[in-house]
Amino acid sequence: MLTINEVRKKFGVFTAVDGLNLEIPSGEIFGLLGANGAGKTTTFRMILGLLTPTEGSITWNGKEISYETSDVVGYLPEERGLYPKLTVREQLIYLGQLRGMSRSLIQEQTENWLKRFGADEYLNKKVESLSKGNQQKIQFIAAVIHRPELLILDEPFSGLDPVNVELLKNAVHELKKEGTTIVFSSHRMEHVEELCEHLCIMHKGRSVVQGNLKDIKRSFGKKNVSVKADFDLSYLKDTNGVVKHRLTADGIILQVEREEAANELFLAIQSKGFVRKFELEEPSLNDIFIEKVGVVHE
Amino acid sequence: MSKFLTVMMHTYRSKIKSKPFIISTLITILLLFVVTNMNQITKMFNGDEVSHVGVIDKTGETFTALQTHLKQAGDELEAKEVTKSEKDAEKLVRTGEYDGLLILDKDAAGIVTGTYKAEDVTKQDLITDLEMALQQIKNKAAAESIGLNQEQLAAIYLPVSFNKESLSTTAKSEEEAAQVYILVYVLLFFMYMSVMMYGSMIAVEVATEKSSRVMEILISSVSPVKQMFGKIFGIVLIALTQLAVIIAGGYAAVKLNGQLSGKNESIIQELKLNEIPVSLVVYALLFFVLGFFLYATLFAMIGSLISRVEEVNNIMTPVVIVIVAAFMIAMYGRENPESGFVAAASYFPLFTPMLMLLRVGMLSLPVWEVALGIGVLVGAILLFAVIGARVYRGGVLMYGNAPSLKLFKQAMLLSKQEKKDSTGI
Repeated sequence: MLTINEVRKKFGVFTAVDGLNLEIPSGEIFGLLGANGAGKTTTFRMILGLLTPTEGSITWNGKEISYETSDVVGYLPEERGLYPKLTVREQLIYLGQLRGMSRSLIQEQTENWLKRFGADEYLNKKVESLSKGNQQKIQFIAAVIHRPELLILDEPFSGLDPVNVELLKNAVHELKKEGTTIVFSSHRMEHVEELCEHLCIMHKGRSVVQGNLKDIKRSFGKKNVSVKADFDLSYLKDTNGVVKHRLTADGIILQVEREEAANELFLAIQSKGFVRKFELEEPSLNDIFIEKVGVVHE
Repeated sequence: MSKFLTVMMHTYRSKIKSKPFIISTLITILLLFVVTNMNQITKMFNGDEVSHVGVIDKTGETFTALQTHLKQAGDELEAKEVTKSEKDAEKLVRTGEYDGLLILDKDAAGIVTGTYKAEDVTKQDLITDLEMALQQIKNKAAAESIGLNQEQLAAIYLPVSFNKESLSTTAKSEEEAAQVYILVYVLLFFMYMSVMMYGSMIAVEVATEKSSRVMEILISSVSPVKQMFGKIFGIVLIALTQLAVIIAGGYAAVKLNGQLSGKNESIIQELKLNEIPVSLVVYALLFFVLGFFLYATLFAMIGSLISRVEEVNNIMTPVVIVIVAAFMIAMYGRENPESGFVAAASYFPLFTPMLMLLRVGMLSLPVWEVALGIGVLVGAILLFAVIGARVYRGGVLMYGNAPSLKLFKQAMLLSKQEKKDSTGI
């Protein structure tokens, strides 16, 4: 269990993280959301012990994380970086050894991971000659090669094409199955929705929403109505109970205050013509994020 | 400890394979061969170049004596008597048969005179040889004319015996001072070269890890202090390797020179380097090693403050100036080893390695002074290491901005309250 207790981090007069409380059970995937500058990376650096909190404490299974425990922690920093002049093999051997692994174990694991990511042919290539996506795969391997108990992924999917995102997501799922506790940050909501059961939305160093994904959605209250039809739908935005709307290529998405408002919308389009789609949806994380981060605290 | 070794060996392995390292080592060895075998190389180019000089002896008695004297001076000059007229002989010089023409005559007082004619009168070696030979003939003739015999003449030219003895107990003999100077010179040179090469190597190492952003992974696995010292020791290993290769190369070069010139006496014996007292060599090594660590920690700290490799050069300049300053003071200290200024400067850590060695060698320093110097140096290394590790820890998380005092303070601040246990090796 990773426990973050009343953590505050100040840089001079600037407060990067302000009174953060988190409890992340072992074997979970936990999402940390937030706009740029929300304090995610600072939080990660504090978890890793690279920065010391001004106030509060962070413990992993009751112990502080330090260089004594660094062999059970894996980290993929947001700023990607590898030694450009080293080959993939040399690179992973060095980084693996720094996490306390033996050479032979690293060799074995490297082959496994490269095969899994379809990148075996890069084993003896210099990192600088690899594409950005492949470099990112190598960096991901570097973060997980020592089978960490706690894995911290800072924006793991940014800059990847959909195929590679899928590869990495599967890998993350599998690690979770094997019992790894994973904390990751992203501003791509769909990834968070797909991977995490628990999450925390940070804004300006504070936690604004926190908890189980389903609970968060339920308690948000507002829902979306998605409508597609052969006629113009823009008049629906003036219907009672509609908070927001967004026109799409072939329809409209309306955010409604309560479920009952969907009823009125249904009545309003009933007699107008052929309706291809009418659906009441759970709010997306994106809606919640924008609402919590964009409106409340502005 | 094993992670420290991992960092050290990684640094060593990646550097030893690098092209600049291999090339610079090869060039140094090549230079060594050229310098130690300079005499052979020049011989190779002008080996059989003997100058031929035609001589018209109007005195009728001087030529034989001249030839004897010239033979003593060496075999690069061959004189031949010409019986032709001056005009015809000049023609022979023009056609290139002779390099020059020497006309011997006597003046009104009966003293021998010489006139040298040649296409170009800039061959100073040749002209000096001729002039010297003629001078000796003249001296002998003059001595004979006033009735001096050979021994009396020799007595006149015998050099005076002049000895210097110092009354001060701290001074050392002339010869010792000369040896010390060579040693200090060598040390200064090595210091300068090492700082330029290995210092920038360390700074570049750190800066590369920062600019490639691999640093964040590194400091999440290993403590900055381990990392910094792992790197420094890795570079020390590189330096030792290079030094061993160069010394082996130098030894081979000296051997080769001995074989080529057929002399038993090597350069080492010629310079009397084998007579340098052992204690001085030990001091030299000690100060070199300590000096190396001092500058190495300084450069590791500096490297962690910059974010791009290109900035390494800018930041090298002030350090190079310090070393040049130490060199200048050492120059001055050679003439005035007892100067209070040199004594004071030798306790300034960045100058200590060079100046304290100079003083140890030139003067008979009391042990406590040397010990104090070493103490200052060790203290400074520890201080630099502590500050360096802090700046390193903070600095590696900061990007942008050219290095400045402000940045230095920021880095210190950032790591100020960091855990103590995590900075220990």
